[in-house]
Amino acid sequence: MPPKSGHQRAKNIDYEDNDGYSDEEDYEEEEGGGDAMTDEDREQMRLGTIQVKEALGSSIPATDAQIQESLWHYYYDVEKTVTYLKNKFSPAQAKASTPQKPKIVSKFDQAANAAKSETKPAPGAKPKPGQTKKANGEKLAESIDKLTVEEQPKVKSKNLNVVEEFEKSGMKRMANFVVIGHVDHGKSTLMGRLLYDLKVIDQRSIDKLRREAETIGKSSFALAWVMDQTSEERSRGVTVDIATNYFETEQTRFTILDAPGHKDFIPNMIAGASQADFAVLVIDASTNSFESGLKGQTKEHALLVRSLGVQRLVVAVNKMDTVSWSQARFDEISQQMTAFLTAASFTLKSITFVPCAGLTGENVTKKAKDPHAKWYTGPTLIEALDSSEPAKRKIEGALRLTIGDVFRGGITNPTSISGRIDAGSVQVGDAILAMPSGETATVKAIEVENEPVDWAVAGQISTLHLSDIDPVHLRLGDIICTPSSPVKLLRSFSAKILAFEHVMPMSVDVFRGRLQAEGKIKQLVATLNKATGEAVKNKPRIVKPGEVARVVVELEKELPLEARTRVVLREGGNTIAAGLLEG
Amino acid sequence: MRLLKSAIDAKHGSGTATLLPEEPEDMWHAYNLIQPTDLLRARAVRRVSKTSDAGSVASQRITMDLTISVTSTDFDIGSGQLHVAGKVASENEYVKLGSHHTLDLELNRKFTLEKGDGWDSVALEMLREACDSTNRAELWAVIMGEGTANICVITEHQTILRQRVEVPVPRKRKGGLDGHDKGMERFYSTTLATLLRHLDLGNASSSAQTDKTVPLLLASPGFVAQSFLAYIKAEATRTGNKPLLALLPSILVAHSSSPHVHSLSEVLSSPTITTKLSDTKYARETALMDKFTTLLRQDDGRAWYGPKEVERAVEGGGVGRGGGVLLLSNALFRAHNVAERKRWVTLVDRVREVEGGEVRVLSSLHESGKRLEALGNVAAILTFPMEDLDEEPEGGANNNGGEGDEMVI
Ligand SMILES: Nc1nc2c(ncn2[C@@H]2O[C@H](COP(=O)(O)OP(=O)(O)OP(=O)(O)O)[C@@H](O)[C@H]2O)c(=O)[nH]1
Ligand SMILES: [Mg+2]
Repeated sequence: MPPKSGHQRAKNIDYEDNDGYSDEEDYEEEEGGGDAMTDEDREQMRLGTIQVKEALGSSIPATDAQIQESLWHYYYDVEKTVTYLKNKFSPAQAKASTPQKPKIVSKFDQAANAAKSETKPAPGAKPKPGQTKKANGEKLAESIDKLTVEEQPKVKSKNLNVVEEFEKSGMKRMANFVVIGHVDHGKSTLMGRLLYDLKVIDQRSIDKLRREAETIGKSSFALAWVMDQTSEERSRGVTVDIATNYFETEQTRFTILDAPGHKDFIPNMIAGASQADFAVLVIDASTNSFESGLKGQTKEHALLVRSLGVQRLVVAVNKMDTVSWSQARFDEISQQMTAFLTAASFTLKSITFVPCAGLTGENVTKKAKDPHAKWYTGPTLIEALDSSEPAKRKIEGALRLTIGDVFRGGITNPTSISGRIDAGSVQVGDAILAMPSGETATVKAIEVENEPVDWAVAGQISTLHLSDIDPVHLRLGDIICTPSSPVKLLRSFSAKILAFEHVMPMSVDVFRGRLQAEGKIKQLVATLNKATGEAVKNKPRIVKPGEVARVVVELEKELPLEARTRVVLREGGNTIAAGLLEG
Repeated sequence: MRLLKSAIDAKHGSGTATLLPEEPEDMWHAYNLIQPTDLLRARAVRRVSKTSDAGSVASQRITMDLTISVTSTDFDIGSGQLHVAGKVASENEYVKLGSHHTLDLELNRKFTLEKGDGWDSVALEMLREACDSTNRAELWAVIMGEGTANICVITEHQTILRQRVEVPVPRKRKGGLDGHDKGMERFYSTTLATLLRHLDLGNASSSAQTDKTVPLLLASPGFVAQSFLAYIKAEATRTGNKPLLALLPSILVAHSSSPHVHSLSEVLSSPTITTKLSDTKYARETALMDKFTTLLRQDDGRAWYGPKEVERAVEGGGVGRGGGVLLLSNALFRAHNVAERKRWVTLVDRVREVEGGEVRVLSSLHESGKRLEALGNVAAILTFPMEDLDEEPEGGANNNGGEGDEMVI
């Protein structure tokens, strides 16, 4: 009898103790209001409350508790909080709030309201002290035992025809792009610059970042810090995980997915790239940098996004300031990259080259002022972004959303997920199914670009606040689908792949979005003709880099994968192959 | 494993060996040695019912030595338990000939083995290796990423995943950074607690047994392993945990390309680690597999894998003196089918004795063995290129698609 795999037997996932949602610390947070907040949180909350109060003036009778709940909801964004509260309290909107903001009245709000109008409890409601939560206000805490609160109603679906709603909404064109390229080539700086020049990030925040970056001797990274927010990323001066940001032009609403360039974080880069409609490839034009990138992640990232289905590429030839805006250097890089990219099956007409300098901001949102740059008459980076064809979206059909993050969306939303909707649509009140756990949940609320909405469609990266599910059943890379049309689980599949490295029967890590799983290439079925897909050689011993082949992959455990899904196979830190799952 | 008594006729392979497993790893050796049709004698407990003269039935547990003719084995890697099923081969007053019995082999309990088909060269080599106690390297390793950690113990012949720790860590998010940091903190504390439970540092008896400290390796992509070490240091100081403080100097940090167990092979064969650890079988086997795959990539006909291909290569005289290497997984020699085992023993003997090549039997419980398993459990490095050892390809040499064309994928 073969030995039972030690890996299987020994697997012992401590869901109960360590899932991070049932642990005491968090529990307290739920019961004790702000007590479990960090000092930073508390300070922000204190300052925010003062600012909101000032902005609202005396005409709007919002309590501290209401202000703080709203601040929490909007991540301390004073402006949004003020707008929200104004709308909420203005008599005209009190009954019919705007459809874009169907904010469900939380228990927190209800408690706050009830505390204010303590004298007239909601008719018919029985006191249920166990369901009320303590809030921050001091008076509130005293009166809490007496007040009565209606149980929060279950979210009802409006039964919208989302496809129709989407069409008649006349929604602006939207596009998600991933920013890729070799480490340190200036991706984050370029995106920080873009947001700064478009005034998405205000002067004050930038000044603050500048000061902070200076104190640790990394002043050149101030703009990159708009993207690089964790202490690890800042102290090491390297992006680790995808940063998501938004901006809009007259024609399009864009989502930036700023990817890490470091080889170690390619799994995160893949997660970002699989949510993108097109890619911005950033190349450092300075001496030797372009050349070393071409041997490294400039090449690997470009091949990866192509294999993940990205057709269009804006190549930002960056740091042009370091080569005095040399046209010869720009042409050299463009030529070499064109040769490489067309060999990698990008079509000529889908590649645009743009010279720029993120640090100085030249040719990002405005033309370069440098006199050496006169030769260039083409588009700025933002113009190039704006001229991208809108991507096709599979709005009709069953819902498919790949979970990119599981987190606490705030006090009232203990279980939230985010990710791109790959197909179909979702609306508030929908029942959804998580795979592979097979657990159902209810969509309590939806957010797109940090704004509450009634529905979301394919192509949008959205946050779903869920109820009726334990977060244990939601893991990165899982698929959310329509219960009536669940995604199938596969243990082994055949795939048509493009080999990046030599492929032989071997252990591999299989990637799809945030999903990362262990598997084996079981069989090399045949090498294929690149253009026709016909078999060239059956049962090859090895598949060489650049060849297309059909292989059979066996997974360690069943996973939700469907035909036409794009997968990446990696081993020992290298991308071995990428391609299309056939079933 | 201690060889208590050997009565093997090296020429004909007949005779018995009496062995005493002393360490958990010895059970793995026993599992590789014991096969169907072998005769195994060990201590057994049987429930025996006696009918008294008065007609009442009394049940009694009796300990006895029992010999069985092995029909199957069952080994659980995690716990190291080995159960050997068979038919009773020597009768006594309680047990009938041919009745079924499962012997549970245990540490520090001797057993005697007689090979059903005689002790062949591979079995003798395994026996020698099992009883060689000179090279007893042991290493603990935690191979990790954000939110997952695999706690492993690595010995000369095995890599065992003791526990996988998974803690959900929210990703970096605007306004939600706190969740990420808290998640990582929780992940580190869970991993450390789990690791300490396995290492059992506080246990006086175990630390008395092993006077040398076992090295602990932390590996990850990115900075996770480094941050974890910083966390361990801070915790050790904060709590004043003496055994943990004592462990700190023997912790190594290394880079791995993934958080998965199979990335361990690349870590353990990296120069930074091999210089710190003694030359292990593990590192040697990894180096051999690396050499093989490098040759395979060159695709010049000097590296072949798969049973038929390798047999043809040996027949053609390609795996001989001057660099020929035959690589086999020890899984092949656990074959239930006696003829199958003979096939591989014959090949081993031919390469060693006739061709003059090198033979390596890799442990299927190490990553190098797993890589070989993926290639069909057998591979060879040839001294000269040989072509067409595989079946004839069906398709002809079609032209490849033109560059820049729309690709099929
Ligand atoms: N001279 C010059 N330096 C630049 C420019 N853009 C970025 N840099 C510098 O390049 C360094 C790296 O910038 P980042 O934006 O962190 O690079 P990145 O590509 O995001 O790096 P990873 O995310 O870690 O792969 C910083 O020191 C920047 O100041 C530029 O246009 N000109
Ligand atoms: Mg960056």
